[in-house]
Amino acid sequence: MIEIENVHKSFGDLEVVKGVSLTVDKGEVVSIIGGSGSGKSTLLMCINGLEPIQKGCIRVDGIEVHDRATDLNRLRQKIGIVFQQWNAFPHLTVLENVMLAPRKVLGKSRQDAEALAVKQLEHVGLGDKLKAFPSKLSGGQQQRMAIARALAMSPDYMLFDEATSALDPQLVGEVLDTMRMLAEDGMTMVLVTHEIRFARDVSDRVAFFCNGRVHEIGPPDQVIGNPVQPETAAFLKSVK
Amino acid sequence: MFSTSLSVNDLLYLLEGAWVTLQLTVWSILLGTLAGLLFGLLRALLPRASLPLAWLLDVFRSVPLLIQFVLFNSLKSIVGLNLSAFAVGCIVLGVYAAAYFTEIVRGGVLAVPLSTRRASRSLGLSYGQDLRFIVLPIATRVAFPGWLNLVLGVMKDTALVMWIGIVELLRASQTIVTRIQEPLLVLCIAGLIYYVMSLVVARLGARLERRWQEND
Ligand SMILES: Nc1ncnc2c1ncn2[C@@H]1O[C@H](COP(=O)(O)OP(=O)(O)OP(=O)(O)O)[C@@H](O)[C@H]1O
Ligand SMILES: [Mg+2]
Repeated sequence: MIEIENVHKSFGDLEVVKGVSLTVDKGEVVSIIGGSGSGKSTLLMCINGLEPIQKGCIRVDGIEVHDRATDLNRLRQKIGIVFQQWNAFPHLTVLENVMLAPRKVLGKSRQDAEALAVKQLEHVGLGDKLKAFPSKLSGGQQQRMAIARALAMSPDYMLFDEATSALDPQLVGEVLDTMRMLAEDGMTMVLVTHEIRFARDVSDRVAFFCNGRVHEIGPPDQVIGNPVQPETAAFLKSVK
Repeated sequence: MFSTSLSVNDLLYLLEGAWVTLQLTVWSILLGTLAGLLFGLLRALLPRASLPLAWLLDVFRSVPLLIQFVLFNSLKSIVGLNLSAFAVGCIVLGVYAAAYFTEIVRGGVLAVPLSTRRASRSLGLSYGQDLRFIVLPIATRVAFPGWLNLVLGVMKDTALVMWIGIVELLRASQTIVTRIQEPLLVLCIAGLIYYVMSLVVARLGARLERRWQEND
């Protein structure tokens, strides 16, 4: 379970997250939608401790992320995150990209890590690209590789930050299908997305972010289908 | 009819000079690379704390090498250091190379996108693992061409050590020119030797780069 309690986050004088509370239960898929600059990416990076927070508290499985005593490297093993930019490691092959963390972080043997990586890559449809370098892959393939790389750590949570925004339209579908597959497998997920229809399809709940706050949250049919807040309605209109 | 008083012995003398040039290059590049790597990492990873280092290295990058040779050589005598001229040459050239290489390394490390490092840290890699398995390999590919240029540059700059009394390739050729009075021929040969040495380095480097480029 991810528990976010009254989190405040600033970059210098600029307060970006202004008191967000949100709980994500095991097996739940929560989508975060909202305008550019509303603090969605920042909140995701706070969840796995990539960014410090100024106030409030985030707990993952009861472990406080921003507690000094928390072993972040260890906590991050169970939180996979996929970013908008594909972030492939350019000097490693597809297989090595996926094997790296299981080997170095989990201490798996080369054979075990390779078997695991091959399985994950086949799962996302990249079984024939194992020896290729990322530069030889399409954007959609690189993004699926990034998903396989995160999944190879057997995370309990997956966070997606606009995983499809940097892709050509014809490649969006393949990545969304991969994410849908994960949701159906029961993965606990937080999706920051601009794909409103997709969010409506796969989410258990949708949160509308505005100005660093959760402005409206609820089942997708309510928040997307019949929003209460005028800001939510205006945002949905603008992205359609 | 072409005739010359250049003897086989003269040629051997030139090659001996070339050997000194090569040794100077190797030692100073070794020193410069190790120190530059350390300093460059400090500059990239702890920019605030290492600011004084940057000022110091700026001095070595800005003052002409010849002045540095002469100054360090006199300093050596004043302080009473027991160093050979060859050691002085290596140290001055090494520090000079380090000053340049520091910037090259810094540029290479900073060329690794923050988002790539975030991705590796979010997989659970520690700061050190991220450096070792992600940042350094990528930075190496970025920095390598600059490093290669530095090697070629330093090889030519070694010629300046003749001012502190070391007989390397250029000095050897001048000695011969003074004696046989055939500057064109002798300097052409010396130039050719420099060219061949540089060519070998450049070719080896190009081969390594090509291997990397096939990947990315
Ligand atoms: N490292 C940083 N330093 C300073 N300001 C930052 C930093 N990262 C983000 N910001 C600022 O924080 C605000 C929120 O950024 P964030 O990336 O979280 O927005 P977002 O909701 O993800 O927007 P988008 O939909 O465009 O991705 C923006 O105003 C941005 O300029
Ligand atoms: Mg964002």
